[in-house]
Amino acid sequence: MRFKRPIIYFFLSIWAIIVLFPFYWMVLTSFKSYASYAGERIPKFIATNPTLENYTSAFTAVPLAKYFANTLIFTLVTTGLMVAVIIFAAYAFARINFRGRHLMFVMFLALMMIPNELVIITNFVTITDLGMRNSFAGLILPSVTSVFYIYLLKENFEQVPDELYYAAKVDGTSDIKYLFKVMVPMCRPTIITVIILKVIECWNSYVWPRLITDDPNFFLVSNGIQEIRENGFGRDNIPAMMAAVVAVSVPLIVLFLIFRKKIMAGVSREGIKG
Amino acid sequence: MNVKLEGITKVFPNRDRKDKTGVVAVRDFSIDIPDGELVCLLGPSGCGKSTLLYMICGLESPTEGKVFFGETDVTDIPSEKRGVGLVFQNYALYPHLTVRQNIRFPLENLKGSDKLTREDMEDKVLEAAKIVQIDGLLDRKPGQLSGGQQQRVAIARALVKMPKVLLMDEPLSNLDARLRLQTREEIRRIQRQTGITTIFVTHDQEEAMSISDRIVVMRDGVLHQIGHPQDVYNDPANMFVACFLGTPAVNVFNGEIKRGGLYIGNERVMDVNGVKEMPVWVGVRPEGFIPDPEGAFTCDLNGVDVLGRDISVVCSHKSCESVIRTIVSAESEVDCESKTVKFNLKPNKTYIFDKESEERIRFS
Amino acid sequence: MSSRKQLSGVNNVMTQVRGWLYLLPALLFLIAFMVYPLIDVFVYSYQEGFNSASQTSFGIGLYNYKYILRDPYFLKAVKNTFILVIITVPVSTGLSLLISLGLSSIQKLKNMFQTIFFLPYVTNTLAVGLVFMILFRKTPYTDGLVNLLIGKFGISPIDFIDGPYWAKMLVLSIYVIWIVMPFKILILTSALASVPEVYYQSAKIDGTSSWRVFWRITLPMISPMIFYLVITGFIGAFKAYSDAVAIFGVNLNAADMNTIVGYVYDMLYGDGGGYPSYASAAAIVLFAIVLTITVINLIVSRKATDNT
Repeated sequence: MRFKRPIIYFFLSIWAIIVLFPFYWMVLTSFKSYASYAGERIPKFIATNPTLENYTSAFTAVPLAKYFANTLIFTLVTTGLMVAVIIFAAYAFARINFRGRHLMFVMFLALMMIPNELVIITNFVTITDLGMRNSFAGLILPSVTSVFYIYLLKENFEQVPDELYYAAKVDGTSDIKYLFKVMVPMCRPTIITVIILKVIECWNSYVWPRLITDDPNFFLVSNGIQEIRENGFGRDNIPAMMAAVVAVSVPLIVLFLIFRKKIMAGVSREGIKG
Repeated sequence: MNVKLEGITKVFPNRDRKDKTGVVAVRDFSIDIPDGELVCLLGPSGCGKSTLLYMICGLESPTEGKVFFGETDVTDIPSEKRGVGLVFQNYALYPHLTVRQNIRFPLENLKGSDKLTREDMEDKVLEAAKIVQIDGLLDRKPGQLSGGQQQRVAIARALVKMPKVLLMDEPLSNLDARLRLQTREEIRRIQRQTGITTIFVTHDQEEAMSISDRIVVMRDGVLHQIGHPQDVYNDPANMFVACFLGTPAVNVFNGEIKRGGLYIGNERVMDVNGVKEMPVWVGVRPEGFIPDPEGAFTCDLNGVDVLGRDISVVCSHKSCESVIRTIVSAESEVDCESKTVKFNLKPNKTYIFDKESEERIRFS
Repeated sequence: MSSRKQLSGVNNVMTQVRGWLYLLPALLFLIAFMVYPLIDVFVYSYQEGFNSASQTSFGIGLYNYKYILRDPYFLKAVKNTFILVIITVPVSTGLSLLISLGLSSIQKLKNMFQTIFFLPYVTNTLAVGLVFMILFRKTPYTDGLVNLLIGKFGISPIDFIDGPYWAKMLVLSIYVIWIVMPFKILILTSALASVPEVYYQSAKIDGTSSWRVFWRITLPMISPMIFYLVITGFIGAFKAYSDAVAIFGVNLNAADMNTIVGYVYDMLYGDGGGYPSYASAAAIVLFAIVLTITVINLIVSRKATDNT
């Protein structure tokens, strides 16, 4: 096997270059001035006169800051609401012995099979009819539940030994206190994973915001990027676009590098759900 | 606080919905536990002893019957208002809280006039920790403690509210042998010191015998016998109790009562009066055998194990399905070369049981 | 405690109420945004001539289905989607298997490679799509980097973004593959890591060649995961949309690169929008296709695993 090692590293490196190159190119281009970029008939692999002017224009010529703020609000509120909703639902399924629990859980699981594309049409009509187009409510409401995350958290809650609950009951702990003082802290790793995955999903969401917003004041970054691309900087200003693209990509890449292990473990859990 | 159970029955619904009968976990169970005693619920696993414990603490409600704490009927009172402390086999400590926070946890739930100040809580936590001698470990997390220490924390947590009744569900079963002995003594000491009525569930008869003021032997949800450990050992009410208590266990033979005597095989091993003629089970404690060359009972000798103070004569007999283990004093003369060994049986270590009901048949 | 029994507790009515209360938020949201829409989409799809402005329809029937099945834009979208699926699913699965095998046979730098390979998962599809666009684009000023590269092999510059159909399909496929690879690599790498070491050790003792080890041990052991990836890969690729938008812009019909999902959204919203009935019919057709393919996949995978 040993003689194959260099070949393996060679091919892995090639794929690494393919993965990294777009990132390199966007960063590189974002530091080129418009004039020098337009003048390069053959693109250069280094920026000879690096400039930050593209970042300035990305945040001034187009309302990128506004898109960022919108996305931040959308992401935080959606994730926060979702975490609350799923914690309660998962607790009900894992711990409270109410009639109809098993039937409800099976029905929840069945909903996991429903593709988003099928329900988005009516949701679009519903939100439009409710007059919630171009509003945060309209953006947020349809995505504050996730059956899969309820399932994930329920599984985790069930691993907490029954005896902890009995002990708490005997001590007169209310369910709500038990949930937040014992269950949630004990299952914190799972909850953090769910939060990170949801944040990624929110930050990158494009289709629903596109359907539900046409007022740029409510655009999220994805829609903003699309808007910049279509109507952009008044001219085909690729370096400024790339500056915007870098700005949009950086937060998630930083998040990923910090929580790399958690994210990858969470995603592979998600993979096993089928 | 004395605890009284009256006609407790617990039926769990069957998984199969069509079967309405359900599974009976406890059947018509009545006992009266005097104030300040340590009582063991003893029985093989699945005998309903944990269910019974959960009904006493209010985590389960009985299908029929009543639970009294003193004069108060607590059957419909939720567990948190009963004033009980509960200790589990797996300790059930909150892993993310320190020992101090774990012990304080029950106190934080007190409301209204019972509400404590921070300082009062600290005092009580320290007091409870001192009783179980873990006051040096208060700022550790449960994961940093040994099993025995964790169980002490769990006991402190159960004690901190000064419960009227302390309930322990197999508290020693997760500990290794040495810690088990040590913690057993500890529980005994703590119970004596606090004087709290304590109900202790175990399947280990030796543990039950050594720790309790009174043991309650049960099987299949039914009370078999209740009494002081030595009394139950010496005077078992039926064959199950006789067999369940004591190591090595009682040796059981096929026997018969006829002509005023007890026969095992063809030998008349003992005079028995006041019993009608019938086939019976004969149970003989290991210490009930006295080797005697002139003895009435002949067994095939398998071997002799020297235990130090005592020796164990291992033999077999066609009326007994398993190997017979006896414990005799070291001075006894047993000829190891011989193929057989003869015994006399001590009448007070020999029990006779009805073949059908397995109830004890008393004789004189 | 022998079995995991639920306690009957003392205050049973409260338990019932509390259970449903805790579940209520999730339940309301799911009913409003999943259950009701799921029923409604079928209703829409059978309502003929539904007008979202006046909220009226002519009647009930299969007209919407007949309409979209005759609509050249829909047929184009179906064709595009199928081509995309047929290209990307096998290529991405095969490629990710090779990469995972490579990853699992090295120790040094493994973590670094894994981290790099996962990056596309956490990037914004729209944003990076823009980068792909400029890499492949040919403008009057420059041929673009990719054209420059293939020019070294003597191929004359192609406009991948506004040019011939197959060139555009190629770019889209490359981008889709680039996007889906991280997930597949991750799943396959952990599948490979879960093959017990003893199998390899015993094969080594027997002197089995590494080629045989792969075919007789590794592949059968991870085949359930491969089938899983193929199935989810099909499902995902059939729903391709934002990747196409990222590269060709929102007007996919003009670019001749629309997908079924794109058609659904175009029918719903935008310049050609306002027809939820057509959108619903198209979405249901898509769902039927996906379901059929999944069932076929499951049957094939069961047969295949039975045979080994």
